Amino acid sequence: MSPLLFLVLAALTVVSALTVVVHKNPVHCACALVLTLCLLAVFFLALDAQLVALLQVIVYAGAIVVLFLFVVMLLNLQKESRAMAGALLVGSGAAGGAGLLVLLVVALRHASAPAASQVPAGFGETATLARQLFTAYLLPFELTSVLLLVAIVGAVALARKPT
Amino acid sequence: MSDVAITAAKALFIVLLIVQVMGLGVFFERKVSALIQDRIGANRAAILGFAGLGLVNTLVADPIKFLLKEDVVPAGTDRVLHFLAPVLSLVPVLVTFAVVPFGDVLQVGGRVINLQAAELNVGILYVLAMVSLGVYGVVLGGWASNNRWSLLGGIRGTAQMISYEIAMGLALVGVVLTYDTLDLQVMARVQGGYLIHGWLPAWGILYQPVAFLVFMTAGIAESKRIPFDLPESESELVSGYFTEYSGAKHLMFMMSDFVEVVLVAALVTTLFFGGWQVPYLLREGFHLPWGAALALPSWVVALLQVTAFALKLVFFTWLQIVIRWTLPRFRYDQLMRLGWQGLLPVALANVVVSALVIVLVAGRAG
Repeated sequence: MSPLLFLVLAALTVVSALTVVVHKNPVHCACALVLTLCLLAVFFLALDAQLVALLQVIVYAGAIVVLFLFVVMLLNLQKESRAMAGALLVGSGAAGGAGLLVLLVVALRHASAPAASQVPAGFGETATLARQLFTAYLLPFELTSVLLLVAIVGAVALARKPT
Repeated sequence: MSDVAITAAKALFIVLLIVQVMGLGVFFERKVSALIQDRIGANRAAILGFAGLGLVNTLVADPIKFLLKEDVVPAGTDRVLHFLAPVLSLVPVLVTFAVVPFGDVLQVGGRVINLQAAELNVGILYVLAMVSLGVYGVVLGGWASNNRWSLLGGIRGTAQMISYEIAMGLALVGVVLTYDTLDLQVMARVQGGYLIHGWLPAWGILYQPVAFLVFMTAGIAESKRIPFDLPESESELVSGYFTEYSGAKHLMFMMSDFVEVVLVAALVTTLFFGGWQVPYLLREGFHLPWGAALALPSWVVALLQVTAFALKLVFFTWLQIVIRWTLPRFRYDQLMRLGWQGLLPVALANVVVSALVIVLVAGRAG
């Protein structure tokens, strides 16, 4: 990706991410979230991670945010009742954000970027990723599926009408 | 630079091809429905006083009428989203065709052109991603219209499309296991094999019949047409999520419906019916099973393949329209039961059986 393209896309991503937080209309926020996720997918594509990029679109943009929208529409939030936060909350939030920014900048300055030649052959391809997932990371992978099963059982238990 | 030009030409070709098939789809919609219902069908449009071509006149007049109509935006709508919804409905469906192969290769002056607009090694996932983005047109169109019928249609559409995407994805898992690839062009090439001493083309339908049924059903549900047209259901919701649209925006919603039909036809063709494969036609010409052979130049082979792909597209478009005019609409609980308790377990079982057969019988591992 050329630096100019990167800068334009990065600026767009930041603007749409800010829109998610700042905009008053929750449906617009959700739409901005979809845009942010799709732009992130473009960055993954530029990093040779086609599979991750598409999974990002399928899972987050295509399913999870749709469910957000679904709920928002059912609640029919025409005018969002904005709870005005007190000065203490705003101040501590701003301080926390600034601290995180400093931490990230310092950490990134100390990080050493790997040389471009270090990318192995087949990097980001589905077959390579799957081989890693089912050999080196088999146990965490299977444990994650158990975690998801627990979440499903929990959702069913919550949704079931009391008899 | 010439690479860019070639890719642009391929993209233009596939778009023109699907628009033509879509036009034929509209023709079938009008004429097949008339045949099924024992009517004559639309035949009264006169262009500058000339009505001699009957239905063809209507097919020309309809889009012109849509484009020239006033674009009514009702009061209280969300202007931005109301404008964006038809675009978000049409664009994801159109760009999906980028990964659909419409021929094998074309050799022009020492250059071998792969007849597929975008060569993605994750092609089938790209299809799923774009199909899942198509939901936004429905959900936002329903919400932004500030109309209760539209909102109901949008909500129904969202629930339906998410439910059937799962069965669709699982049906595709069985297909991917069979072909051992995610690239649609490679899938089409793999189907060039033959069974029974070279007589029977080894198309995907022979290996994955269950996946075909599940995929086709889920595909029709994704395109929101009868018997799955609850998001639109004219008799109760007027037109559902696009009730409040007129003129060109309404045309875009209608068009995305028909392009979805062609998309399902294209995917079914590519995954289960050999894609662009013509039986016994190899890259250098025909090789008939009894030993006869006929050498053909590359461009003739490519032309035959593209024609075969287009004919298969037209057939499956026609089939979906016949289904649409044959079946009544599902009730909402029936729709959900079919999706979650019918298609989903069948698709899951298909994945397990396919995987077992591949490992135990075919002996392919890793």
